[in-house]
Amino acid sequence: MKITESINATLGILQKEVLSEFRTRYALNALLMFVVTTLSVILFSIGSENVSQEILCGILWIIIFFSSMSGLSRTFVSEEERGTVMTLHLIANPLSVYFGKLLYNLLLLTFLNIFTLILYLLMIPGFVINNYSIFVITIILGTFGLASASTIIAAIVAKANTKGTLFPVLAFPILLPLLMTLINATKLAVQGAILNEAFGEFRVLLSYSIVIIVISYLLFDFIWKD
Amino acid sequence: MALKYILFVGMIIIIFLSIGVPISENPQNWYELPFIPGLEEKARIIFFHVPAAWTTTLAFIMSLFFGIRYLMTKDLKYDIKSSSSAGLGLLFCIIATITGSIWAKFNWGSYWNWDPREVSIFVLLLIYGAYFALRTAVEGDEKRASLSAVYAIISGLTVPFFIFIMPRIISGLHPNEAIISQGKITMNTFMLIILLSSVAGFTGLYFYLLNLKVRITNFDYIYSRKDN
Repeated sequence: MKITESINATLGILQKEVLSEFRTRYALNALLMFVVTTLSVILFSIGSENVSQEILCGILWIIIFFSSMSGLSRTFVSEEERGTVMTLHLIANPLSVYFGKLLYNLLLLTFLNIFTLILYLLMIPGFVINNYSIFVITIILGTFGLASASTIIAAIVAKANTKGTLFPVLAFPILLPLLMTLINATKLAVQGAILNEAFGEFRVLLSYSIVIIVISYLLFDFIWKD
Repeated sequence: MALKYILFVGMIIIIFLSIGVPISENPQNWYELPFIPGLEEKARIIFFHVPAAWTTTLAFIMSLFFGIRYLMTKDLKYDIKSSSSAGLGLLFCIIATITGSIWAKFNWGSYWNWDPREVSIFVLLLIYGAYFALRTAVEGDEKRASLSAVYAIISGLTVPFFIFIMPRIISGLHPNEAIISQGKITMNTFMLIILLSSVAGFTGLYFYLLNLKVRITNFDYIYSRKDN
């Protein structure tokens, strides 16, 4: 009974986030424009140069990292700005709030990554993927890891004063092992390695996400209740 | 009080030994240190750099420990200990980074090589920086204490991932075989004694400074409350 209640509350939070997103369309407008802007700056700087595949893998994750840094903190910051934290305290237990926000961030980041990848593959002809199965698994696990780490950091940042600048500062050291592994796995996909070679990377990515989600589950109470 | 003087005298003896003991190609007497291949006179940095790096790690673990204690007890004295330890950790981290960087210029040819340990000390620097950026951005003692403790725990948990990731990206440059190779200690006994006493001295210095810093912060708290 308790579990079904929590799941219902989690889905309720998710539904509320999606609805308020569709009303304001902050993320949909600003984040997509952010991706387009970053990509065009990179295209201008590349010009007609021949850029190696390895560097293009890094640039892809730089775009995804900074666009998620500019968007994913909204979930908790907007609650503080609108003063709706107390209402959330009343209607849902902390864990439903956390998992609802996590699911919303996952959804937002998945949408954002699909958009980024389509643009990236279309605009940069030098970026050719030779093993799609490695690439797709990397993107899925990367989205999962980025969303899980940035949700708990967003919860911390929402309680601080300088929210905008603090988020990437706090998130970068935590996301660094994830980003390094993601760039490595993407290189393998581009080089056309067989699927077995990338299993080490997948294991690191999966265990990273699990460790972060478990520790967030344990520590979220201390952040949420002040 | 007496501990302070013992620490002071001990550190001076260690400094004189680490700079003054002769290093020669064919050691004749017990006090002469043998050449380590590829290091020669540059091996002396081991007496300062390795203990500083060790103290950085110790300070981080202590900060994590006091952070967990704070979350369990909600007693602000643990937060003072945790943040003081992190401050000292940042100091020793900068010392280890600078000494290592200067040594790398003469031994490896450039100031920064992205060796696995350089990456991990860089990440520790970033974590310490982010920790203090967070602490200055939060108002209210209890809120600041619990948020920074949570951040320290999360960032501390991601550090072990580098142990799995780094060997895939780049091979190590640090001359580990100077101390241990294949589970056996290869270092000269006299050199090892100086190194271990230096580690003990740095650890003592850390605990002495921690005690001092905690007392100063306590006074700060008391006086800032009197003003209000």
